Amino acid sequence: MNTILEINHLSKKYKDITAVDDLSFSVNSGDVYGFLGQNGAGKSTTIRMMLTLIEPTSGEIKIFGKLLHENRHEILSKIGAVIERPDLYKYLTAYENLKLFAKMSNVHVTHKLLMDQLDMVGLADRSESKVKTYSQGMKQRLGIGIALVHNPDLIILDEPTNGLDPLGIADIRNLILKLSTEMGKTVVVSSHLLSEIELIANRMIVIHKGKKIVEGFVKDLLDPSKTLVEIETTDNEFAKSVLKNSAFAPMIVDNNDKLHLTMNKTEISTLIKIMVESNVQIIAVTPRHSLEDYFLNLTKTA
Amino acid sequence: MWHLLQIELFKISKRPRTYIAFAAIAAIVLIFQFAFKADGESYMNLMMQNIQDNFELDKSKAINGYFMCYIILNTLLVQVPILVALIAGDAISGEANMGTLRLLLTKPISRTQLLLVKFFASFIFTVVLLIWMAMIALFLSMAIFGVDDMLIFRAKGEESQILQITKDDILWRYFAAFGYAAIALTVIAALSILLSVFAENSIGPIVATVCIVIFFTIVSNLNVPIIDKNVKPYLFTSYLVGWKGFFYIGINDDGQPIKGSIENWGAIRKSLSILLAHIALFLGIAIAAFRKKDILS
Repeated sequence: MNTILEINHLSKKYKDITAVDDLSFSVNSGDVYGFLGQNGAGKSTTIRMMLTLIEPTSGEIKIFGKLLHENRHEILSKIGAVIERPDLYKYLTAYENLKLFAKMSNVHVTHKLLMDQLDMVGLADRSESKVKTYSQGMKQRLGIGIALVHNPDLIILDEPTNGLDPLGIADIRNLILKLSTEMGKTVVVSSHLLSEIELIANRMIVIHKGKKIVEGFVKDLLDPSKTLVEIETTDNEFAKSVLKNSAFAPMIVDNNDKLHLTMNKTEISTLIKIMVESNVQIIAVTPRHSLEDYFLNLTKTA
Repeated sequence: MWHLLQIELFKISKRPRTYIAFAAIAAIVLIFQFAFKADGESYMNLMMQNIQDNFELDKSKAINGYFMCYIILNTLLVQVPILVALIAGDAISGEANMGTLRLLLTKPISRTQLLLVKFFASFIFTVVLLIWMAMIALFLSMAIFGVDDMLIFRAKGEESQILQITKDDILWRYFAAFGYAAIALTVIAALSILLSVFAENSIGPIVATVCIVIFFTIVSNLNVPIIDKNVKPYLFTSYLVGWKGFFYIGINDDGQPIKGSIENWGAIRKSLSILLAHIALFLGIAIAAFRKKDILS
């Protein structure tokens, strides 16, 4: 499977604040990739760096196999994005907004193309209404229409369901699923709601305070029989090297301060045994029960 | 870049705010024209109170379309920078405020391109505004008051001077003056765009531009030798009214005006160069800052 997006050791610092801290992950072609974290976790900062809105302090971003900062023009022409609320030109109609952004994306604009696009997001009958008369849900759908008008290969949606009522949330969710299943698009979607990501994504990453907590397939990470185990040792690098040579290697989630692994509860004793036999000095092994509990706990303590 | 400029002009044309400037100019000009039509002689008496004992003048002929336009420009070209700032000051900050800046910058266009497009759109707006001014302040005044030779009242040092320009030697001076005004007002547009880069709402850069223009204009009008020599030459506001130079007609040794001449071409050229340098400076800083800016709005 092709890697569409590759983030390597990405960091963003604002004076004393580290918004994104040594973040690495990758997204494959055809994925609906969930980007999960509580508010302020660093999701929007990461997404803005992926769209060249924010300059990273360090690290690299590769999209479609090319470095973003060296191929900005080419890469952005193949990306569609909605960042938080899509605030559009309120004094223009939906049709005019769509036409304007389509032209900016170098699309050969035809009336049919624009109307088809508006039809796809369910706004064809309100195409001539000014955007200032639109509900938040309609603006969100128009934003997605704008993101899709140039037929991008990668779609990035930052908190697309924020501020929507349950019906609006379901609309957007169905639209994302349609993009993936019917149109074969790769979608990166961020949210602070695990339940949202669970319903639409096949792979996901959880970040907290700018750091990666866990990454993997949604079905594995949310499997109730699986446990997220947090290990703290005197020398995490050594512990990691020991585990990398064991059957636990695929379960390791890289993290700077601590090691995280997703595994069955029954495997924890074997894990400890391997580390003790290899002289790893263990400080703590903390099972987190399930990703859902862990994420809820993060949210509560925030 | 041309299609981006078209998009920008389309957006400007669709905004109700754009038309405030045109309405404001029309209102002021029409009030002037009404006032002078009703009681222009009182104004002329006031202007000529020091010299009417030794200067014969047919006041009904002196108040003509050309003279009216000169009076209006003298007044309006102080206010028009505010109207230009209203549009240019909104260029980047307005997009940030609306939340559309982040959407624009995820499109395959460079930040330099976007800023230049905003600048050219502001320039075109300024030119259109001046054409509107020319239509109602010059051509409408010509229609209402007729045309004749024009008198210019000029304060030159301690002296007051009256210059007379024949009616067949005036129109080209107005075209040149409007061209100069376009450059002068583009400095205001460039300054507004520069300030706009650093703001997240439109009010800040618009108010800041107006404050800077007012402050520098006051400094430019201070008659203190140390400021005259060391400060004024570097302030763009010292050159905003340089368009008047096109009406300061050259005088021959007999004290007669020389048709088609200008008293000091060199001063006009120097003023234009300084204004253009200011445009380049403001725009250069704006581009450098915008390219580095993290878009957090």
